[in-house]
Amino acid sequence: MDKRKIEESIFKILMRVATLSIVISLAVILISIIYKAIPVMNWGMISQTPQGGFYLGENGGVLNAILGSLYLATGATILALMLSFPIVFYINIYAKKGSWFVHTVRLCFDILWGIPSIVYGAFGFSIMILLGMRTSLFAGIIVIALVILPIIVRALDEVVRMIPQGLLDASYSLGATKTQTSVKIVTRQALPGLITAILIAFGRGIGDAAAVLFTTGYTDNVPTSLFDSAATLPLAIFFQLGSPVEAVQNRAFASALILTIIILSISILARYFSGKYNKFKV
Amino acid sequence: MLLNKIIREKINSKLMLTFTILSCLLVVLIFFGLYYKSSPLFTNNSIKDLLFSSEWFPLKGKFGLLPFISSTIWVTLISVIIAIPFSLLTAIYLTEYADKRFVRMINPLIDILAGLPSVIFGIWGVIMIVPFIKNHIAPALGISSGGYCLLAGGIVLAVMILPVIIHVVSEVFRAIPQDLKNASLSLGATQWQTIKYVVIRKSMPGIIAAIVLGLSRAFGETLAVLMVVGNVVKMPHSVFDPAYPLPALIANNYGEMLSIPLYDSALMFSALILFVIVLIFNVISRIILVRIERSLGIG
Repeated sequence: MDKRKIEESIFKILMRVATLSIVISLAVILISIIYKAIPVMNWGMISQTPQGGFYLGENGGVLNAILGSLYLATGATILALMLSFPIVFYINIYAKKGSWFVHTVRLCFDILWGIPSIVYGAFGFSIMILLGMRTSLFAGIIVIALVILPIIVRALDEVVRMIPQGLLDASYSLGATKTQTSVKIVTRQALPGLITAILIAFGRGIGDAAAVLFTTGYTDNVPTSLFDSAATLPLAIFFQLGSPVEAVQNRAFASALILTIIILSISILARYFSGKYNKFKV
Repeated sequence: MLLNKIIREKINSKLMLTFTILSCLLVVLIFFGLYYKSSPLFTNNSIKDLLFSSEWFPLKGKFGLLPFISSTIWVTLISVIIAIPFSLLTAIYLTEYADKRFVRMINPLIDILAGLPSVIFGIWGVIMIVPFIKNHIAPALGISSGGYCLLAGGIVLAVMILPVIIHVVSEVFRAIPQDLKNASLSLGATQWQTIKYVVIRKSMPGIIAAIVLGLSRAFGETLAVLMVVGNVVKMPHSVFDPAYPLPALIANNYGEMLSIPLYDSALMFSALILFVIVLIFNVISRIILVRIERSLGIG
């Protein structure tokens, strides 16, 4: 066999090993969490808030954190969506195609996407001090909305960019304004991408910890108003793992399993929707 | 009626423009916000001291950030060095060799890996990587280590940034024109030679951009690293030493920061350092990627 064939087959093996090891690391992450969590998992973890003695290993669960995370991610996703529609419409429908302005805006969102969430958290915190605000669900929603805004904008932009110009022209030629075209035509065309973008952003919102550390605080109660502090699942996991009591540490694994299941269901849903609605596109 | 429509259209357009510009201004706003909050620090400490001194005594007003900065650099470099071979080989395999069915099976898995929250990676590090280093790797090398160390942080981070690099590199590979590959193949080159001399060479800037993106992702990652890296304020000397990266410093001390004078400024300055470095990395890699897109006539 000639030398270059040998080189090729060696590299082919290496490539297979690399690909396989990535799949294996995903499997190992999921399995190690399931393995640690199953023995300590019980219904009370999901259905109860922390009871007295929770942090010494007694009864209670992380309902406060589950609800806190869901409220936070829902609020942030809605807020980010409301901001992202005008932006995506503007750079795709209103602004001149290929102008430097559009390029700059896209670059800005790429940069915003890359900013670590701890920086958003620190920035949000300094604004809160400036305004004399306390940690609250409201502050958390705003900061998380900023974190996921670039994700939604980029995802939506990708979809809207692909809409054929002919479709827009057809709408204009019927006398529709750009606004009407945006709302009635573009939105419908972007629907599959939109649902996927929402779900990805929602997942990111639930999983983010660094930004909420400063802004949302932590409490054992389920928040009843926007201006209460709220617990979040990632922080619950983090704090429980830091506990010296073994029973509490074990709860961190159970909480991690809950978070993982939420995230996995979201990503499966996202995949399902993006497949399902693709056939309605022109 | 018509006039009304036109006016409404104008208002809508301007409103959307305002939203767009405001959100872009966020980049500038974050910079000045963090700069403003960290500026009290500059009256007593020179920038040089802050960045290059390792005297960290907040109670005495000494804020040498060098141990944190070097920890961050170390842990980032380790992760990138581990991630590069795996992600490049995988990207080549998925774009050039693997059949479509296999790719359709693997891609969702990589997406799931990308979507896992950092706290999950952290907990995996605590369950597996830390004990593995403590009980197997370190003893095998004759070193004693608690397991909570730079290497643990680097490994966890490497797995986290793999999807980022694979994704960008695959895009770049797919953008290489088929004609170019065909030309090489028709000259008698094997597929691997074509990849080595044509695909990789042609996409080198893109590969670098992808790595820089991964690097900047690793740079600011907080919770996963914080959980496995040990958090000891000390200059690390080997990969088995515990370390204390900048994001961990910010996350761990936000509670105390208002009770010690200037401490909050020091933490905001750390955030500013992270922001500026990530900003520079991102701008460089995006500009490279946009150039590639344009030179190939897409986008």
